[in-house]
Order: sequence, then structure tokens, then C-alpha cells
Amino acid sequence: MDAIISFLIQPFSYAFMQRGLIASILVGIVCAVVGTYIVLRGMAFFGDALAHTILPGVAVGYLVSGGARETLFWWALGTSVVSSLGISVISRNSKIKEDTAIGIVFAGMFALGIALISTVRSYAVDLSHFLFGDVLGVTSGNLWTIGIFTGFILLVVLAFYKEFLTVSFDPILATTLRMPVKLINTALLILIAITVAVAMQTVGVALMVAMLVTPAATASLLTNRLPKMMVLASVIAGASGLVGLFLSYYLSIASGAAIVLICTVVFAVTWAVKSFHRKQSRL
Amino acid sequence: MYPHTHHLTDQPILDVRHLTVAYGQLQVVDDLTFHLHPGERVAVVGPNGAGKSTLFKVVAGVLPPTSGEVQIYGNGPSKHLCIAYIPQRTAVDWRFPVNVSDVVMMGRAAKMKPFSWPTHNDYQAVNRALEIVDLRNLSGRQISQLSGGQQQRMFIARALAQEAELILMDEPLAGLDVPSQEGVLALLETLHQQGVTVMVATHDLDQASTYFDRILLLNHKMIGFGPAKQVLTTEKLLLAFGGKLKIVDADGDLVTLDDSCCHGGED
Repeated sequence: MDAIISFLIQPFSYAFMQRGLIASILVGIVCAVVGTYIVLRGMAFFGDALAHTILPGVAVGYLVSGGARETLFWWALGTSVVSSLGISVISRNSKIKEDTAIGIVFAGMFALGIALISTVRSYAVDLSHFLFGDVLGVTSGNLWTIGIFTGFILLVVLAFYKEFLTVSFDPILATTLRMPVKLINTALLILIAITVAVAMQTVGVALMVAMLVTPAATASLLTNRLPKMMVLASVIAGASGLVGLFLSYYLSIASGAAIVLICTVVFAVTWAVKSFHRKQSRL
Repeated sequence: MYPHTHHLTDQPILDVRHLTVAYGQLQVVDDLTFHLHPGERVAVVGPNGAGKSTLFKVVAGVLPPTSGEVQIYGNGPSKHLCIAYIPQRTAVDWRFPVNVSDVVMMGRAAKMKPFSWPTHNDYQAVNRALEIVDLRNLSGRQISQLSGGQQQRMFIARALAQEAELILMDEPLAGLDVPSQEGVLALLETLHQQGVTVMVATHDLDQASTYFDRILLLNHKMIGFGPAKQVLTTEKLLLAFGGKLKIVDADGDLVTLDDSCCHGGED
């Protein structure tokens, strides 16, 4: 018994593991809630691209500060907000289709980020932290930023619940109810942008789309109500953060990858069980 | 909660004057002028692509007109809360995680204060609306698990919860079996009794002449507007539907049509 308890507790006797755990759970929750709208509105590619576009901002911040990590969040936030608004302007005002516009901005920005980081000698290590996250490097300052912005995003989603719901389900209804549809859509893009900046340090830009999409998609298999979908997605993402960190500690695998793998396994199992039940009920 | 205008009740509920809507070179709606009185039931009849959906969207204040104007009780539509647009069923994401009463509650959104959640009043309005359309017992059902007729009635309930005075229905009968069609058409009578004005886009000339006070025959331009007897004449129908119309003259005046073929319309 004692052995089991110490097995469970031991990883979190380290302060950096505690901070990593809190960060993973908070990021899991915020990605799951915002991700619910990403899944329902078919914006997975947008989310993935937006995550990648923050790389040049992070790189500039990294070069300017001479390698310090504390200010990177703000560089990431600024870049993601500008990119999300940029993508929406390009796709709205031109002949280019939205996914094409996303592809162009995504690849261009990502290349710029890699080019900038490659000017530094220790570039391979630093780049991998940005790409795949470094949850164990979360400082208590980072944790405060993550906490405050997570709280802010959840408050906005709650306060404008009926607006986001109506605009996502039936934009024409939202217009006839005289809601400011464009403003609400823009607000959602900015929420996604903030989420991406918040999640950067734990899962990194390359794996972020998994946190945005996978828990929400799993929850969509389990419920037919939006609020339940948000809660379930949060629980799945938070639990995946916890289990992922265990895995990372005992098997020495990269923490971001471990968390994403757990999310994916939960999705796969849920999907298989659901499909099996559906076949059973058809027989 | 969102800005809206008051009604000048001495004005028609809908007044359309020289309305033209163009997408680039293509004039989808061409110089329409007509007005409706409160409580009227109007069928909008015309071939595919005649501009019915476009007309509805302009009346709802969703699309801006290219020229001309639309007035609801004396003011432009863009600030009115009393107009409900019921989409074609093919335009709806039925997998969305909402149940019947969630969808009907969306109609209440404009009545709620900012940052607030539904009150007792809102729930009562939703339940009343669901009772009128006879969906009270299905209120907890996910929307993809409804029949086509039930889905259509759910949207009528949403319009009622919105307290709409002008309801625009885009092909509500398309793809429904006959009993479901009759369920929806029976509701038109209920709406009429409540003083709600209804415009329905339809293909079915038989139903248009039976269930509606007036018919607006449309093919970009207005071909006719008035009671069925005056509008559904062979001459006007040929003008509206061109070669795509198949007229079957049985028992005096029964007319059926078929415009499902693929040729473009000729003016």
C-alpha cells in the first residue's frame, strides 16, 4: 500500500513537477473548453496553423531577451492575436479561400520562426522546447500568467455563452436577433489566440492542435449537450495531463508528447467502444 | 438587449419598394414592389434560383439590398427583433450538441440581458412554444433524432419563442412526407390566428393555392401577386417557370409542376 502511495506521490514531491501538473491541468481545461467551439465549427486547421504562427514572435522575444523565458508568453500572445486577425482579414477580403489563406500564413510564419531561431548556436534544444513544450520548465511566474488568462477565457466563454452558441449554430438567427455577429466571431478568434499563447509552454506549438481538438472530440462522442461536452472535455484533458506527467516521469518520455498520447488513447478507446455499441444495437 | 426599433403600427408589417439585389452582374431580385398586412399568409412561388431565399434574407435584414428599400412597420429591417427566418433543413448542422429546447431557447437570446442566463419567464415561453407545435414530449431530444416534420416544427417554435411577428420559411415542406407537410401547414392556421404574418417559399402550387391568402409568383421579377385565382394562371406560370413547367389540367384547375430539371431560367 505504502509502495503504491509513494509511487503516486513521489513524482510530485518536486516543486517543478507540481508546477508542471498545475500548468498541464489548467492548459488542458482552457484548451478543452475553447476546443469545443473549434470542433463544432470545424476550425481544427485554423487552430493548428495559429499555434505554428506564434513561432517567429517567440523567436524574436527569445533573441531580444537573450534566452530568458519569462517574457516569451507576451511575445507569443501578441503574435497569435495579430495572426488570427490577419488570417480572418485575408480570407474575408480576397478571392483566396480561407483554408488557402491559413496555409500561406501558417507556413510563412513558421519558416520565419525557424530561420530566426537557427541564428542561435544552441538552436536545436531551444527549438524543440518551443515545438514540443517544456512543461517541467514552468516557473511560478508562468503559472500565474497561465492561471490568470485561463480564468479570463473561462469567464468570457461563460459570460457570452448564448452569443457564442447562437452564432456557432445558426449565424442567420444571430443576425435576426441583431447580435453583433462579426464582433462575436472576432472575439472567438481572439480567445483561440490567447489559448494558443497560454498552451505554448506545456505542449508546444507542434502538438497544440491535439489539445484543442482531441479532448473536445472525445467528449462529443459521449454527450449531446454543449455544457456537458465542455465539462467532459475538461475532465478528459485535465486527467490526461496528470497521467501524462506520470508517464513522462517514470518512462522518461517528453511530457508534451506523453499528455497528447494519453488524450489520443482516450479518444481511440471511446471511439471504439461507441462504434462497438452502435453495431451491437443495430443487430 | 441589442438595439431595436419600435413599430409604427399604422404602417404595413412589410413594405418592399423597388427592391433589387445583385450579385455582381446577376440581378437575383429585380425591382420588386409589394406590401403585406399583419396576419397575412403569403406563398412565394418560383423556380429554383428565382430569388426566393435572397428575398427572404433581405427582408430579414441579413443581406443588404443593392437598391430599393424594405421597411418593417415603417423602419428598415436591420434593427427589428420581430422577424424570424427559418432556414432550409439542408442548411443546418444537425449533429450540433443541442436538444430541442436548447434550439427553441436560442430564440429567447435577444430578450435576455447581457451576461445573463434564461429565467423562469424564458423557460415558460419555450414550453408554451413547444406546446403549440406539439413537441413538448420531445424537448430533451437531440435534434438529429427528430423527423423532418418535427425539425421544421421545432424552428417554428423557436420563432414563437422569439415572439416573431413576421416568419419567413424557406422551403419548409421540401423533403417532407405528406402527413408531416400537413402538420406544418396546420400550424400556419395557428400562426394566422395569433396574428403572425407568414411568408413561405414553396414549390407546391396546389398547397400554395389552398393554404395561403395570397401568392407571390417570382422569377427574379415579380410575375404576379394576389389571390391564387388571379396569379396561378397558365400564362403567368409559363412566364415564371418557362420551359421547366409541366402543367397537368385535371378536374378544371389542378396544376402540378416539375422544375427539377437542369436548364437555366429564361426571362
